[in-house]
Amino acid sequence: MVLLSKPIMDSLTAILFSPLPIDVMLGVIVLWIALGVLGLFAPLSLRFVGHVLFPLGAVGGLILAGAGLIGMAARPETAVLVLGLPGLPFHLRLDALSAFFLVLLGAVSAGISIYSAGYFRKDEGTSPGMHGLLYHFFLAAMALVMLADDAYLFMVAWETMALSSYFLVTSNHKVPEIRRAGFLYLLIAHLGAIGILLSFGVMQGGHGDYTFATMRTSHLSEFWASATFLLALFGFGAKAGILPLHVWLPEAHPAAPSPVSALMSGVMLKTAIYGLLRVTFDLLQTQLLWWGVLALLLGLLTALFGVMFAAVQTDMKRLLAYSSIENIGIILVGIGLTLIFHVYALGALAALALAATLYHCLNHAFFKSLLFLVTGTVLHSTRERSLGKLGGLIRSMPWVAWLALIGTLAMAGLPPLNGFVSEWLLLQAFLATPSLPSSYLSMLVPVEAAAVVLAIALAGYVMVKFYGVIFLGQPREARLATAHDANWLERIGLGWLALGCIALGLAPVFVLLQLDQVTRLLTGHTVGATAAQSGWLFVVATTPEHASYSPLLFLLGILALLLLTFVLVRKLYHGRMRRGPAWDCGYPQQTARMQDTAEGFGQPIKQIFEPFFRIERQMPSPFDAHPHYQGKAEDKLWYALYLPIARLVERISLKMSTLQHGRIHIYLLYSLVTLLFLLLFTR
Amino acid sequence: MATFTGQLINFLAALLLLIAFAMLSQRRILSLIHLFAWQGFILALSTTVVAYSTHQPHLYYSAFLTLVLKAFLLPWILHRLIIRLNIKWDVETMINVPTTMLVGIALVIFAFNLAAPISQLADTITRSTLGIAMASVLLSFLMMITRHKAVAQVVGFLAMENGLFFAATSATYGMPMVVELGIALDVLVGTFIFGIFFFQIRETFDSLDIKNLEKLKED
Repeated sequence: MVLLSKPIMDSLTAILFSPLPIDVMLGVIVLWIALGVLGLFAPLSLRFVGHVLFPLGAVGGLILAGAGLIGMAARPETAVLVLGLPGLPFHLRLDALSAFFLVLLGAVSAGISIYSAGYFRKDEGTSPGMHGLLYHFFLAAMALVMLADDAYLFMVAWETMALSSYFLVTSNHKVPEIRRAGFLYLLIAHLGAIGILLSFGVMQGGHGDYTFATMRTSHLSEFWASATFLLALFGFGAKAGILPLHVWLPEAHPAAPSPVSALMSGVMLKTAIYGLLRVTFDLLQTQLLWWGVLALLLGLLTALFGVMFAAVQTDMKRLLAYSSIENIGIILVGIGLTLIFHVYALGALAALALAATLYHCLNHAFFKSLLFLVTGTVLHSTRERSLGKLGGLIRSMPWVAWLALIGTLAMAGLPPLNGFVSEWLLLQAFLATPSLPSSYLSMLVPVEAAAVVLAIALAGYVMVKFYGVIFLGQPREARLATAHDANWLERIGLGWLALGCIALGLAPVFVLLQLDQVTRLLTGHTVGATAAQSGWLFVVATTPEHASYSPLLFLLGILALLLLTFVLVRKLYHGRMRRGPAWDCGYPQQTARMQDTAEGFGQPIKQIFEPFFRIERQMPSPFDAHPHYQGKAEDKLWYALYLPIARLVERISLKMSTLQHGRIHIYLLYSLVTLLFLLLFTR
Repeated sequence: MATFTGQLINFLAALLLLIAFAMLSQRRILSLIHLFAWQGFILALSTTVVAYSTHQPHLYYSAFLTLVLKAFLLPWILHRLIIRLNIKWDVETMINVPTTMLVGIALVIFAFNLAAPISQLADTITRSTLGIAMASVLLSFLMMITRHKAVAQVVGFLAMENGLFFAATSATYGMPMVVELGIALDVLVGTFIFGIFFFQIRETFDSLDIKNLEKLKED
């Protein structure tokens, strides 16, 4: 006690007895790292790692979310950590934007952590302790990305995030496809990191000072600001899965264990959105119109592309991965719209579009994590990922099925769940575009609004397919009837996320009021007051005459209707009910294989959008005794963009490899020539 | 006095260069190792002279170290190696000796040309020897390129280190003691590792000809 000087004591007591949110968050980060390291002491003990460490991690997530909620309303806080290189400390800053994304991280990861506690089994890839280490490092790195206030810490945390998630993806590394998927992910993650690094490099403008505070004050010319934006869009787009950098998503998500897919899709993609927002609206002082148009178009393409491919998938995790691409597209559309409104100084509309974007980030994090976790449980109890072999699971796995239904409805954008609110708000922002001063834009944007609606509607179609093929109908394989339901830890995790979907859907006014600080920080305007102008029951986008929506009333209406139907059927009609076989269309015998399959369900989309796919079909001959049909819809971009680049690299490498003779004399000669050359030219 | 020691250092430097050329032309491995030992001895001698004339006591230590290590220990190790490996026979060179010598002369001219502006700036008494030091580095490099046998290449490598050491004494009166000790240790350890490699290479290919290493190339 005597050793500590008074200022240190004062700050210690301040941290212990009235902690600032940022201190609490640092505490949670330290807790996560400690939990990860602790797991190494008993790496094979499922009981210790699963039932002690992961639940503690979930508690950390809840604390983080709570601190984030407080931090969102408070003034920005900064901290300096004397870690890292000498003379180059880590700067941290908690403002409304980072607090919002930290709430997202904390709340969603709490559900995923508690689910993971019950998920891992013996002899599945990496040992539980190692898994816990990587998982908790992944969480801590994501939290640090959002707290970073200099490019140095940001990149360190960003790369830690990429590496830990790479090892999580490849945790079942004995399978060659998984290693391949992991490599693709790591490759694109690194390409993206280069883009981000370069964009920070441009922004610091030759000062050599990489703190965000300096970047905020530097004034870049239009050219360099555009260069920064494009580099950031490329870098963060690679992580988020924006076209054409999306190829890793459908490979990596199915390869990873389901909680990891949930975390990556639900939270990690949002760190990229966070980075893009941070660079575009906070670090760059000027925004240009064409950035917004570019983001809008790119987002639209991504959304349509994602949903079309999701519709034709037959692997449930690939389907969800493509649907993540679609949602990222919608989020990018929101960012583009915000940029356009912001440049035209239509502050209130910019705030509305931004709030819708952020709201959608939060919603997507909840429902997509929920659905990925659902696929994890289905995978565990059936050992089957292909939609063609599932079906009828609602009878053997009622818990999972009902919780999945909530996630499915939320993702399909149906009221009163959360997906509807953000999409509705985004469309309201779209409807306000006639007020744009540019006539071209005000003609173009409604067309895009229609395309966004198409994407959203197709997402509903995809979700019907997802839920219907897995849970409804008859089991397509006999063993599915004995599939066991989720265990209690998994149920808590799923339940928490489902609860989030419901709460976010029912309380939009509250959420929008919380988002005020973020929209004020980025656009200078708020939406909370507008949203709450008709009271807490109705959420209003622009004016109450225009449109308003009350999820609670809607829910009550639905419930009343359901009750009425139930009563009518049970009380009034009950006596005349008889059970009998369904009409069999004249077929003498019906089997479970006669149900509509995932393949068949996606067929119309495949037909309508045929030019977008690269379709390979193997048709059986009519005389085949054991007919076998195989259809594959592949990504054209892979063949048109990635393979040519790969071939080019290979050709150049072949040319270079002639330098490699294997003869030591020649190598020594290379060294001598280089030495002479350098001596000659540096004299 | 100063002029005498200066002359002496120049004389020793000339001997060093001569030995470097002799190594380049030497076909027998045993003689190569003897020449290497002589080079180490002259290096130690010249370091002593520099130490005496500039009153730098730490150079005496490094001269002693050089003498023990490079004039006795390393040649002895190499000697034992070639006896155990039974390779006293002549070394085939890639390019014939006269051509190698001509290339060597070109390299020496290049090194002198390069060192001239640096020597004029320096105020050490050993300044004129920088060109010779660089020349012996380049000549050792050339020797490594033109030889087939792995042992000859290791001798070339060690001779190159001698040239670097001479450059350090002539340009700045030696490096700090810690660095010199470190390098001396590195050279010693390096020689041991090379020795182990020789046995491995011979065991794998039945020969010490590094031509065989071409098979290791990936196709």
